[in-house]
Amino acid sequence: MNPTNFLSTPTKCYHCGENCGNDNLIVGDKEFCCQGCQLVYEVLSENNLCSYYELENHPGESQKLKNGLSNRFDYLDDLETQLKLVDFQNETESHITFYIPLIHCASCIWLLENLYQILSGVVFSRVDFLKKQVQIKFQQDKISLKELVNLLSAIGYEPKINLSNLEEKKAKTVDKGLILRLAVAGFCFGNMMLFSIPEYFSEVQFLDKNFRGLFNYLNLVLALPVVFYSASGYYRSAFNSLKQRRINMDVPIVLGILALFFYSLWEVVGMNQTGYFDSLGGLLFFLLLGKLYQQKTFATLEFDRDYKSYFPIAVTKMVKNQELVVPISKLEVGDVIQVRNEELVPADSILLSDQASIDYSFVTGEEVPVSIKKGAVIYAGGRQKGAPVFLTIQKLPSQGYLTDLWNHETFETDKSQLLEPLSAKISGVFTWMVLASAFGSFLFWSFSDLSLAVKVFASVLIVACPCALAMSTPFTLGNTLRIFGKNKFYLKNASVVERMALIDAIVFDKTGTLTDPKHAKVSYHGIPLSEETKGLVKSMVSYSTHPLSNRINYWLGAIMPIPITEIFEIKGEGIEVFYIGQVVRLGNPEFTGFKNPPTNPTGNLVFLTIQGLEIGYFHIESGLRDGVTQLTSELSDSYELHVLSGDHAHEQEALTKQLGENIEFNFNQNPQDKLSYLKKLNLTSQTLMVGDGLNDAGALQESTVGIAISDQVSHFSPASDAILDASSFQKIPAFLSFAKSSRDIIKASFVLSFLYNIVGISLAVNGLLSPVVCAILMPLSSISVVIFTTLATNLLAYRKGLLIQKTT
Amino acid sequence: MEVIFLLIGISLLLASTFLYLFFRAMKGGQFDDNYTPSVRILFENKPKKSNKNQSIKSNSNE
Repeated sequence: MNPTNFLSTPTKCYHCGENCGNDNLIVGDKEFCCQGCQLVYEVLSENNLCSYYELENHPGESQKLKNGLSNRFDYLDDLETQLKLVDFQNETESHITFYIPLIHCASCIWLLENLYQILSGVVFSRVDFLKKQVQIKFQQDKISLKELVNLLSAIGYEPKINLSNLEEKKAKTVDKGLILRLAVAGFCFGNMMLFSIPEYFSEVQFLDKNFRGLFNYLNLVLALPVVFYSASGYYRSAFNSLKQRRINMDVPIVLGILALFFYSLWEVVGMNQTGYFDSLGGLLFFLLLGKLYQQKTFATLEFDRDYKSYFPIAVTKMVKNQELVVPISKLEVGDVIQVRNEELVPADSILLSDQASIDYSFVTGEEVPVSIKKGAVIYAGGRQKGAPVFLTIQKLPSQGYLTDLWNHETFETDKSQLLEPLSAKISGVFTWMVLASAFGSFLFWSFSDLSLAVKVFASVLIVACPCALAMSTPFTLGNTLRIFGKNKFYLKNASVVERMALIDAIVFDKTGTLTDPKHAKVSYHGIPLSEETKGLVKSMVSYSTHPLSNRINYWLGAIMPIPITEIFEIKGEGIEVFYIGQVVRLGNPEFTGFKNPPTNPTGNLVFLTIQGLEIGYFHIESGLRDGVTQLTSELSDSYELHVLSGDHAHEQEALTKQLGENIEFNFNQNPQDKLSYLKKLNLTSQTLMVGDGLNDAGALQESTVGIAISDQVSHFSPASDAILDASSFQKIPAFLSFAKSSRDIIKASFVLSFLYNIVGISLAVNGLLSPVVCAILMPLSSISVVIFTTLATNLLAYRKGLLIQKTT
Repeated sequence: MEVIFLLIGISLLLASTFLYLFFRAMKGGQFDDNYTPSVRILFENKPKKSNKNQSIKSNSNE
């Protein structure tokens, strides 16, 4: 796939855009890099679907995962599995939704929506690009589910089917009910405003008396859906919190709504006056709008993934030397399974084959495969690289080393209830204050004028309605969430912002979080390399896709590779070439014949021999991420810093030197240790955990805020409160201080709305409140609070360098 | 002036129709995916060449 011959100009593959090798495959005037690409092209051209190539150049890019095992999807013939996967099924037709991570361009949409031209059984297919899903309707008597999936993977769009697909259908992330309630509130509010305009402009006297009555009653009718439908969520929430003997923000809101409604009802029906129905509609409209604003969801990201979403559904089980594809749920301890190249080990098991090369990048974040000898334990979540291996299952998939974590009690608690939101604390005080002043003024006036006393009582409740108070939190947090999202920092929900503001200790995972495989430090030890040998090594490593090869390749830089015709890569062992009659080997000690490799290396070693003669070895150590040193020095002033690592302690000295003295290092931590460490730390402080692999999952869940780092946010990341794109790693201090400022903004806007309330209540207590003042004061306070919070968060984000041009 | 009674009725009826249509669109999933349709509209429907037999043959090869 990579060029081994630079003498001829490299041609690009028509399908995927990679450079074609020597053995070019040519169909017509198109060239292809491999059989796979050629096959896809042939399938498409036979079916007249070549528009695929007109929409985008080389649309096949990034679809390269060749795992051409024809019996891989045999489990889809199992009826029970089928029933769990399909959305709908009747006698003739089935509907199914696949998640296809490889959907990436307009061509993908086009091809997948034209599936019916390739397969006669497919009736309809529709792509949701952002969710990377395709919904397919097919006739099961013409095509089976297995054939469908086989075709999809043959044309390069392999659906991802895993255990969590089977367990339950995902609930919709967007709250449709809220939008509908908002629509009703908006509709009623708009119409009520129209009917109320004459009142505001004192044109009432020109109107016919009939009209006034009609308008008032129309407003009353329009207010009913607002009170009984749009506001229903608030009654439920207020009732629940009262039942637990607490007062949340919704209690004073409900108090305000009821006071407004019943007082207006009394005015309209009893007194033939206008009432405040339009204010009521506006209040609910703005409140719901704020709620929606806060509910910014990142629908394409998943925050609650557990082990089920990375486990395969089926594995190859060996029964009397026969391969049998069985669903994972039917595995038992003692079963012998076969794991092929690029397949995940589904359960803790013991290796029966001589050697395996296991990539634990899912688990630890370290992508260099670990070599494992016969008889050793392989943990679930490892990915085999190289020849197929046989394993015996030691523990059921649901009881493995890593999956134990999910059965831990930590995963059953809902973190959003750990911290009482700021608004909840204030609303308690606020409610009592309002009630006290309402009853106080009622008592005071009742001695002189009872009807005035009732009016004052109601108007205190109405004007003190905490709309501004209730709006400041959602609008501030909603905007904060948005700004974070623009910086590639995606929060699960708004309450994470409030929790982030209280952090005082930060725990980092080392491998994959502080260190970055891409910043490897490579050094060479041994006989100095000639230019010729370097060129030779360059062409060897550029042939291989092994991560260590990539790093050596990067380290060698722009050296001209020597053209070689015969290169062999033995997966998990090394690379071998024949050059001018000599055997050159690059790889592990056994493969290369390197006799005395250094003991206790601090990184990975790659050995080089020519004709069995030891030349030297490359020492590769994962380096720190860009800006980590600066990050830790910035954070250590105001936060307690900890580093947890699953590695041995040999790097401590070097790390201390690079990261600073004030950091507490802990090595040899297994996933369970990390969880207990966080638990201990939580007793004294609010913790932020930054991690990446599955081995951090327990700690991420236990911490006050858990951030998962990911190089590609749409890829796998463990369950967490937030997902951070690795490129924004250095912005963590800015994020933390911005979260703190958002909390300050909320406080400031509370002060603002308190001022409004004091003015309003003091007028109301004295019985001076006229409908006009009320009508002006209420929307003014809400809108000014919304404007204040939005402007303040944007200004602070700009100062902290978090506001990027919108064009990006 | 009595005509205003009628006009109010009509306007309310009209507005509620729109509200109803919005409800229907929302529940029908019209707002679920607001990106893909923007791409889909650019696809051309090319007239198919008449090689239907060939395409069925290729299916059996799959």
